[in-house]
Amino acid sequence: MSFCDIVSGLSWEGVMSSISEKTAQDVERALARPSGRVTLEDFQALISPAAEPYLEQMAGLSHARTVERFGYTQQFYAPVYLSNVCSNVCTYCGFSATNQIPRKILNDQEISDELDAVKALGMDHVLFVTGEANLRVGVPYFKNAFNIARDRFSSISMEVQPMDQEAYEALIEVGLSAVLVYQETYNRETYAAHHLKGMKRDFDYRLETPDRLGRAGIKKIGLGALYGLDEWRVDTYYVAAHLRYMEQTYWKTKYSLSFPRIRPHEGEFEPKSVMTDRDLVQLICAYRLLSPEVDLSLSTREHEVFRDHAYKLGITTMSAGSKTNPGGYAVDAQTLEQFEISDERSPAEVAAMLRAGGYEVVWKDWDSTYDGFPGVGALNRGQRFPAPV
Amino acid sequence: MNDEPLKIAGKTFESRLFVGTGKYASGAMMRDSLEASGSQLVTMAMRRVQVDGGEDNIIDYLSRERYHLLPNTSGVRDAKEAIFAAELAREALQTNWLKLEIHPDPKYLLPDPIETLKAAEALVKAGFIVLPYIHADPVLCRRLEEVGVAAVMPLGAPIGTNQGLATRRFLEIIIDQSKVPVIVDAGLGVPSHAAEAMELGADAVLVNTALATAGDPVRMSMAFRLAVQAGRIAYESGQGARQQQAVASSPLTAFLGE
Repeated sequence: MSFCDIVSGLSWEGVMSSISEKTAQDVERALARPSGRVTLEDFQALISPAAEPYLEQMAGLSHARTVERFGYTQQFYAPVYLSNVCSNVCTYCGFSATNQIPRKILNDQEISDELDAVKALGMDHVLFVTGEANLRVGVPYFKNAFNIARDRFSSISMEVQPMDQEAYEALIEVGLSAVLVYQETYNRETYAAHHLKGMKRDFDYRLETPDRLGRAGIKKIGLGALYGLDEWRVDTYYVAAHLRYMEQTYWKTKYSLSFPRIRPHEGEFEPKSVMTDRDLVQLICAYRLLSPEVDLSLSTREHEVFRDHAYKLGITTMSAGSKTNPGGYAVDAQTLEQFEISDERSPAEVAAMLRAGGYEVVWKDWDSTYDGFPGVGALNRGQRFPAPV
Repeated sequence: MNDEPLKIAGKTFESRLFVGTGKYASGAMMRDSLEASGSQLVTMAMRRVQVDGGEDNIIDYLSRERYHLLPNTSGVRDAKEAIFAAELAREALQTNWLKLEIHPDPKYLLPDPIETLKAAEALVKAGFIVLPYIHADPVLCRRLEEVGVAAVMPLGAPIGTNQGLATRRFLEIIIDQSKVPVIVDAGLGVPSHAAEAMELGADAVLVNTALATAGDPVRMSMAFRLAVQAGRIAYESGQGARQQQAVASSPLTAFLGE
């Protein structure tokens, strides 16, 4: 049993028409549910066009439920691109194998410099990102990178090629705490049309990745779709169904959701459906109403004005000052990017914006000492606070 | 009945309101709110504490003279992780007090009774003063007492839900039976919930979300302080709510005469 079995029981067109048939009454029923009791059927109503007039009410509920669960806080993380070498050909991605860009795989010294630069920004949670190059950037490469990073950061997560369960187990042992793996689109045909070459062509292997992570006992899994490939409402419903399935099957794991919209990059991609800011707000609120505890993550792909308002609507995690090219923090060359970022402010500037809005930044939300590593915790540093009086 | 101050593991607390440090909009807001609560015992998640310093560190806002620190293991999923976290807490904060929280379920954050009992036993042996966060399970409370915990912290409702004493019937049994202090933890959303727990005979309550996420955390902390005092005075005033067995209105032994 995996999520593939659930997907084969769903029809894309069926979901699409079910969403479009939702009425104001369905939306009101969904909004009346107690916290945590929104069904997948309700969720369809919340992302449907029928919910558009209820956006302010959804935003109010989403804000209140997020505060109840997470308080007035936002967690920060920094993506660190280790490599832009990629054997996949994907229509929308700057790293696509056929793009004529300089390629780079960070070596030990470069990884170390990059991590120092990120640490200097105040960051304590890093997200390793790479293209797919299994031979050169596989488990041994990642193990090494974790060993370099572990004593400097409390949490290390990654967004790289899908792997086997055993590979995840091996990386968990060296400090991996979370994996983000977005399906891009849950429409099999659309997926095939955008993933032209390489391992990423295997829709089912990617779709089962969260199952393999769950079986490996990972702490946190990030799910999501890439908006612009197909109808955002239908893909969003699939993400929600995926989340529900995962929460029920791997109940010890935490989940986060992301909602990247396609940005300008090296290729020449025309989005099939455009997701407006208003649509994105509706989606964020609907996700929060579906799950009071899921982390909702907003990256620097989104522009400043949107981020300055959206963080109160249900977001719990943000990146800031991100560089999307290998070596971007240490050498500061904005070449080789995967995509252009829209909010170019530093973490300190974004933190100041949040503080002014009555929110506190959580830089650290884990300690590798918990995992048995003599990491950033005091045990290894001999740091002491004044003894009790 | 005269009130004696609460004692846990030999330490005396004038205030029966214990508070947390999460979810506040700023460190300054937390500091002011804690001050208004009158609390003397403050819990904090070790995963959030920046032991090597850092911006807006929780610890920087807490006076060790005013507050007894109760580090907690929030975030851990099993006994093994809890023990690592406990050792970090002891080293970093120089205290052997520990709120043991093991919730492998990230949805409702409900505590795992099996891992908690296992960890409690090991930690007590290792010299910790253990206050376990648990479901309102009277048998589990007795088992924990047997391994030597300093108090028990049964939940009123799932963490952060503000639902009040959803477990009231079981809390009554625990309070009736317990030989160690009973601190009702989690789910207390409004001052009347805290008062209710104190009226039942709880020795203390622990509140966080209701204070941190209130429109005015400082005034809400005052309200909780007063509610806890009121509930305790009501309990001391002999409402006698601890008797669980029915008392027949026509006593069966009346025929025996005087």
